[in-house]
Amino acid sequence: MDHPIKRDHARFRKIVKGKIRDNLRKYVSHGSQIIPKGTDKFTVPMPTIDIPRFKFGDKSEGGMGQGKGEAGDPVNGQPDPNGQPGQGEAGEGEGHKELEVELSLEELARILGEELALPNIEPKGKKSLQSVVDRYTNIGTVGPDSLRHLRRTYKQALKRQIATDSYDPENPVIIPIRKDFRYRASDTKVEMQNAAVVIYMMDVSGSMGDEQKEIVRTESFWINLWLKSQYKDIEIRYIIHDATAKEVDEHTFFRTRESGGTLISSAFNLCKEIIEKDYNPNEWNIYPFHFSDGDNWSADDTKLCMDLLDKVILPVSNVFCYGQVESRYGSGQFYKDLVTKYGQTSDKLILSKIKNKEGILDSIKEFLGKGK
Amino acid sequence: MNRTKPITGELLALKEEIEGYAIKAGLDFFPQIFEVCDYDTINILAAQGGFPSRYPHWKFGMDYDQLSKGYAYGLQKIYEMVINTNPCYAYLLQANNWVDQKIVMAHVYGHNDFFKNNAWFSNTNRKMMDVMANHGTKIRRYMDRYGADAVENFIDKVLSLENLMDINELFETSSLKRHRQEQSDQQKIESQDDGYLNDDRSQALKSFMRTKARINKRDEPLPKKEDDQISAERPLQNKSKDILGYLIQYAPIEEWQADIIGILREESYYFLPQRMTKIMNEGWASYWHSRIMTEDALDSSEIIDFADKHAGVMAMSRQNINPYKVGIELMRDIEYRWNRGMFGKEYNECTDMKEKHHWDTKLNQGRAKIFEVRKSHNDISFIDEFLTPDFCERQQLFTYKYNPRTGRFEIDSKDFLAIKQKLLSQLTNFGQPIIEVEDGNFMNRKELLLSHVHYGVDLDVNFASETLRNLYAIWRRPVNLKTKYEEKEVVFQYDGKEFKTIN
Repeated sequence: MDHPIKRDHARFRKIVKGKIRDNLRKYVSHGSQIIPKGTDKFTVPMPTIDIPRFKFGDKSEGGMGQGKGEAGDPVNGQPDPNGQPGQGEAGEGEGHKELEVELSLEELARILGEELALPNIEPKGKKSLQSVVDRYTNIGTVGPDSLRHLRRTYKQALKRQIATDSYDPENPVIIPIRKDFRYRASDTKVEMQNAAVVIYMMDVSGSMGDEQKEIVRTESFWINLWLKSQYKDIEIRYIIHDATAKEVDEHTFFRTRESGGTLISSAFNLCKEIIEKDYNPNEWNIYPFHFSDGDNWSADDTKLCMDLLDKVILPVSNVFCYGQVESRYGSGQFYKDLVTKYGQTSDKLILSKIKNKEGILDSIKEFLGKGK
Repeated sequence: MNRTKPITGELLALKEEIEGYAIKAGLDFFPQIFEVCDYDTINILAAQGGFPSRYPHWKFGMDYDQLSKGYAYGLQKIYEMVINTNPCYAYLLQANNWVDQKIVMAHVYGHNDFFKNNAWFSNTNRKMMDVMANHGTKIRRYMDRYGADAVENFIDKVLSLENLMDINELFETSSLKRHRQEQSDQQKIESQDDGYLNDDRSQALKSFMRTKARINKRDEPLPKKEDDQISAERPLQNKSKDILGYLIQYAPIEEWQADIIGILREESYYFLPQRMTKIMNEGWASYWHSRIMTEDALDSSEIIDFADKHAGVMAMSRQNINPYKVGIELMRDIEYRWNRGMFGKEYNECTDMKEKHHWDTKLNQGRAKIFEVRKSHNDISFIDEFLTPDFCERQQLFTYKYNPRTGRFEIDSKDFLAIKQKLLSQLTNFGQPIIEVEDGNFMNRKELLLSHVHYGVDLDVNFASETLRNLYAIWRRPVNLKTKYEEKEVVFQYDGKEFKTIN
């Protein structure tokens, strides 16, 4: 049996997750607070979980130290409330440093999913490979002793004794016989091997400022998180464009700033090429996302975009998402054009307007809420 | 669940060896039991304050989480845990290397001696291991009966007030209380039948007769008193720093809740002496591990390893006082001074620095003095009495504070009095704000009034408001806190709906 502290630990984790859920909006609108750690772990700062006490409320008050120096010399670093080296005494540790908890991708995604009531995604049927796994989730009447399920066995024995009236509540002795024995048994499950690709496109022309990019970055973080939790295998590609488009890595994607004009079709063209080259729609679930402030160079180009969407991108994608980030310079025309063409709600195309950081969570809900 | 096991073989032999050195050094300790365990277990033990079994609560899980992470990332490692019980249990990390085990054992004997002899520990329950386990069973039972959430919720509230203790309670043993009760009963009886002495017999004779009457009375059984009488005598306006004790008596709570407060209170008070003697306790243990190692236990091939470990433990920090370092140096300083008679009127009044520096009366009472110090002092009196300007200078102590102009923390002063004052203020009331119940019937409306004894540092208002919220959940009437905030007298109130400032 595990040490009881594991239960305390599980309880602690549950409280932490509850806290994150309660404050999800805050975490989402300050995207940088959640720090990815490796590929599937995240560190979340938790300021408020500790038990409140009456305590002195000073940071400016300073403290005491040891070492060389004269009055006026800086004390390197900040005072560390836990600055104790080496050995520790069985003591009452006061002063917790700010708590950081680690969550796995699944846990974080589940929190997001529960809070936004996101439906699970049904991967496109035939595009999944099947694989067989055995899991011990069943109970059987035969099996080796090492797999005997004591609780079920005794339950069975109790049932039998009550049924045969040989159970005496005054003397509650339960003796299992051979046929009461129950064993853990394996279930064979078919799991889908499925893969998805997310293609992010972003307008990096002059009108998209740092704030707009920050919004896109935060939003893409949560979208990736959700999709990663839904698919076994996921690839992410990044395209930036002004008047021309190019594929870049993640780092460049969020840091590039160009000044040229805007031809959205250039990105759509590149997206189309990438799909055609690397992702067979029969095997891949494809998610193109496009973020811009809604400015396009000309009505002609917008028409070209619609054509590309209709002919190539929409038919192969699970869903195409367009997020329009409000900016001081953007006209927002592209959104209106899309609405005119496809209507406010469409099966294959999701539109979302993101006003500011606070709007991110709602926008994520719009994009992912359909379970596509 | 045998996660720890007694030491055997070489380690056991090592224990015998070290114990011999400890006896030779004059240490006086409880029987010592060492057990070894893996790092996960020692993290569990540390999270549970050293005890293998505690009541269920997520805070232990939280501490365990932090400790495990600290270990996994190589930030910290716990070499040993020692707890104040008789016999004294200490846990060693299995993975410690040989020299580490030696140091740790020697260190543990220092702690053990301190636990046994320091006056502040004299009334701690040495069977705390069983008590803690019983507390766990009790609280689990309450959880079964009243619901895990309800009980946990209540524990959260109580833990919020756990640091509000009265150090004088450490000496309020039950026998003392009984004795006092007996005496007051006695007095009552006497004052009742003092009547027959109301005449003009001489004072001496009256006194004699009273004594005689008392002696006669002592052998008679005490008259049975009604329980109600005691609480009726105590008005709600009883000032007290022992907030949890006060709540048990006067808060409108159910029996199981009172029991839980009692349990948590008992545990807090058990740990209190350790919080009051951190510097001394660590200083004493370090002094002895250093002595035992360098004089007896150390093999010549182990010197570098020992020096490395020892230096790590003694590392000075510019941000914080290292209790190990200050403690050991102060112990050594006392020993040195009392060996050479560097104290007292004559020494203090000597103005010739050279003479003072070479002062030596061949008194040789250093060792005796530090044994005496470890018996009767706590951190505050220890610093107050033995910190000297010389010592501060040698140890390069300084105070620092935030400079808003440069936006950084800067060394403020290296002046002896400033350092001493800072250190003492950090240690006052074991570093916690002093809060006392002022009135249990505030405004004649059964509201609770606490007052914060303000020594120049404000409370953290956010924390105070949350704490009052929790207190309200127990008191169930508005709770008030009188304090000073930003130079002004204020009363904060939480009335069940909102946190506000009144008056």
